[in-house]
Amino acid sequence: MVASEISKIGKSFYMLSLTSQSFIKCLIHEGYKFFTGVPCSLLSGLIYELEGQKEARYIPAVREDAAVGLCTGAYLAGTMPVLLMQNSGLGYSLNAFTSLNLIYNIPILVIMSWRGKDGKDAPEHIIMGDIDKKLLQTARMEYSMLNKENCEEVLKKAKKKIYEEKLPYTLIVEKGLFDERH
Amino acid sequence: MKGTEAFQELLPLIKDDEPVVHANGFICRESFALKDREANFYMIGSMGLASSIGLGVSICKPEKKVIIIDGDGNVLMALGTLAMIAAEAPKNLIHVVIDNEVYESTGSQRSLSSKVQLEAIAKSSGYKNTIRVEKKDEIKAAFLKLKELPGPNFLLIKVKPCFEPSTGRVTHTPEEITKRFMQAIG
Repeated sequence: MVASEISKIGKSFYMLSLTSQSFIKCLIHEGYKFFTGVPCSLLSGLIYELEGQKEARYIPAVREDAAVGLCTGAYLAGTMPVLLMQNSGLGYSLNAFTSLNLIYNIPILVIMSWRGKDGKDAPEHIIMGDIDKKLLQTARMEYSMLNKENCEEVLKKAKKKIYEEKLPYTLIVEKGLFDERH
Repeated sequence: MKGTEAFQELLPLIKDDEPVVHANGFICRESFALKDREANFYMIGSMGLASSIGLGVSICKPEKKVIIIDGDGNVLMALGTLAMIAAEAPKNLIHVVIDNEVYESTGSQRSLSSKVQLEAIAKSSGYKNTIRVEKKDEIKAAFLKLKELPGPNFLLIKVKPCFEPSTGRVTHTPEEITKRFMQAIG
């Protein structure tokens, strides 16, 4: 599929309101078909949608660093990977990013949920919720906050980072952006 | 048998276009020193992830036999990945572990594998076939058998530490390793 077609398809999906379903469809049309990660309730709608897809697959990982390894293998074998995780997983995966992806030029689209926002969450999320963006900046890993309006723009930024610089790009998801399913 | 001897037996059994993912430390350095190949992925950092990287390659390249050459320290660090491999069950994956019972490249501090049977953990996780070898002349038959049988398969090779700190590090840059590995496996 040529780039112009992809962007056309992408556009028609961006026109829809952002839901778990439309976001996953959009990612698949952008060529992301290999998904792995460790669940978070804020991402539960996305993972639910992925499990029903014929064109894409979601492989459950046991830890976030193992998910980074899995994504790395997929990329090396010619498949662009997506990693879904809670921000708590950033701690587990930071060494994988710094000693693998960032030095080998191995991209991953990371979709990371923001627990602990504004210090209002369960105690275990408060510190990471405060420092996760700073950790990404310190590791010189670029990210964007995803919201209802900027999907097209941030996916374009991600694409540039991933395809041109061959580096990971993170989209941060706040509570309430996607539906939660149990 | 020494670790080097295990590599000397093993490496000639691997075809040029077969992807091999190496664990960091002794594994990378020894394999690189003996026989550098374009289809070798040398993981110089990110300890514990050779197995998950190999799993990713095997899922996305089902038509190729994918080989992980791992170490006991790496496997112990990522025991959960054995469960991921068993659950995903790629038929084309062979997980070889060179088990010297120490963290050799950092000064031979002991690991837990003198007391823990890694091949039993792999078997109970759900690997299809597991073999443990302790003698050099058992490697060829075991590896070729595991290459034939549908995987995921696990080969544990018990060795004695032998690492020479003078054995060089991998001289390719990480970026070069990525590029040539991707080109070699197509």
